[in-house]
Amino acid sequence: MIRVEGLTKDYGARRAISNLNFEAKQGEIVGFLGPNGAGKTTTMRILTGYMPPTDGSALVAGFDVVDESLEVRKRVGYLPETVPLYTDMTAYDYLKFMADLRQIPDSSERADEALEMVGMESRANSFISSLSKGMRQRIGLAQALIHRPEVLILDEPTIGLDPGQVVEVRKLIREIGKERTVLLSTHILSEAQQICDRVLIINKGKIVAEDTPENLQSRLVGSERVALRVRGESDGLSKIITKVKGVQSVHSAPDGSIEFQFAPGQDVRPEVAKAVVNAGYDLLELRPVGMSLEEIFLELTREDNRRK
Amino acid sequence: MRNIWTIARREYNHFFTSPIAYVVAFAILLIVGAIFALVILDASNNAFSGFGSTAPSISAVVWWFNFMIILSTPALTMRLISEEHRMGTVELLLTAPVRDWELVIGKWLGGFLFMLTIIAVTLIYPFILNSLETPGIDQGQMMSAYLGLILLSAALLGLGVGISSLFNNQIAAFFATLAVFIFLTWIVSFISQIAPGGKDLFSYLSMNTHFDSLNSGTINLTDIVYFLSLTALGLFTGATAVEVRRWS
Repeated sequence: MIRVEGLTKDYGARRAISNLNFEAKQGEIVGFLGPNGAGKTTTMRILTGYMPPTDGSALVAGFDVVDESLEVRKRVGYLPETVPLYTDMTAYDYLKFMADLRQIPDSSERADEALEMVGMESRANSFISSLSKGMRQRIGLAQALIHRPEVLILDEPTIGLDPGQVVEVRKLIREIGKERTVLLSTHILSEAQQICDRVLIINKGKIVAEDTPENLQSRLVGSERVALRVRGESDGLSKIITKVKGVQSVHSAPDGSIEFQFAPGQDVRPEVAKAVVNAGYDLLELRPVGMSLEEIFLELTREDNRRK
Repeated sequence: MRNIWTIARREYNHFFTSPIAYVVAFAILLIVGAIFALVILDASNNAFSGFGSTAPSISAVVWWFNFMIILSTPALTMRLISEEHRMGTVELLLTAPVRDWELVIGKWLGGFLFMLTIIAVTLIYPFILNSLETPGIDQGQMMSAYLGLILLSAALLGLGVGISSLFNNQIAAFFATLAVFIFLTWIVSFISQIAPGGKDLFSYLSMNTHFDSLNSGTINLTDIVYFLSLTALGLFTGATAVEVRRWS
């Protein structure tokens, strides 16, 4: 469980995050989404007890991050953005050290267990300096999981992994997120869409939106969008569609199809289809297009910038 | 306490995989060994040429050992905390359930155990000397001298850890530490010799005064208190620096 109230952090005169409020419940995966420098890492560092906030409070696993920092740290697994590894140790020794540091009684078994969880048991005795970036990332993740924490905080957990590993790690996070609280940051929006139950969009130290990925999408889309494809060249098609009554805007998509928008509830698809066929084109496809999280994100951060 | 031990053990093992530690150990043992050989050679020459036959004492060897520890400790301590910042592993240690002072003491203890290992290796010299001389060397003086070495190492490593925690850069940490050591030993001694007033104060502040006293075989409480205070000062500086950095 994470509860953040009025969290603010200043670095000298610069305000990194200002008055953040949010909550993450047990069994929930919350995604922290934002451009670089938005304050994601700062927030995570406060929640893990690495640094205290300037103002506001945060409760993690039922303990205050400032007053009961050690209790918080016992219950949180943290994977920082730059994976903190001792490259002169073997993977196994490193994990055993972390288990000892967390005062786990059966530290050797736990180190083995954590290696297995991230699929690295075959490299247990390799020096970390000899491991690839993706493997190091997985060792970092193993370190965050070794004490079976109630709360898992992951800063860009899939960065640097190859596609197969990304799928694996996402599966692992979803698995963990069933029983525990997971807060992860990412700037890959499709990732947030895939694994998060809820998304917080943060820009310039402020939360600009908070909802499920689906709700965010429907909330922001003020109009419906349809992609249309015909056989052969589609020159001149835009003009024809623009003339249809009710169509708000038309533009060509990079894949050769044409997208048009209309107000919700005023379905103009039959009219558009008729117009296209009457003009002598072979209509192949008429497909609704959802607004991607990328676009929602750009839309939100643009609005936020305009307001200033 | 367990956290201190976990950190110290990792640090101690790290010394045995680090080239710097081997170079430091090699340099200390080489110089101390060479001095020992020269001391023996000199004594036997003197004895043969009839210039009296004062049996060689271990204190000359120990004095050079002290000199080598002062020069090489900065190389051992420079990376203790600054490297954690450079590698980002400090984030790991500061978000683990470990108190800041446990971290700093653990780091210090790792270095101290490594230095004790080197000191233990050199115990071979008094043993050799003891077998060469009749009726053997002054064992009380030898133990006092080794106590001096141990206390000196503790103090220097403590100060080194404290200074290392103030820097992100190892080279900066190295030179700052070395400068502080040289100041506390030779510069303060020099001031105490030429200063018009406050001789006692400067003499008390000098590490040399206290080490020489122990090396000559007298164990005074003031000397022990002096070295332990410096150790505590260094560790306190380190713990404070780690905590201050959290806030910045």
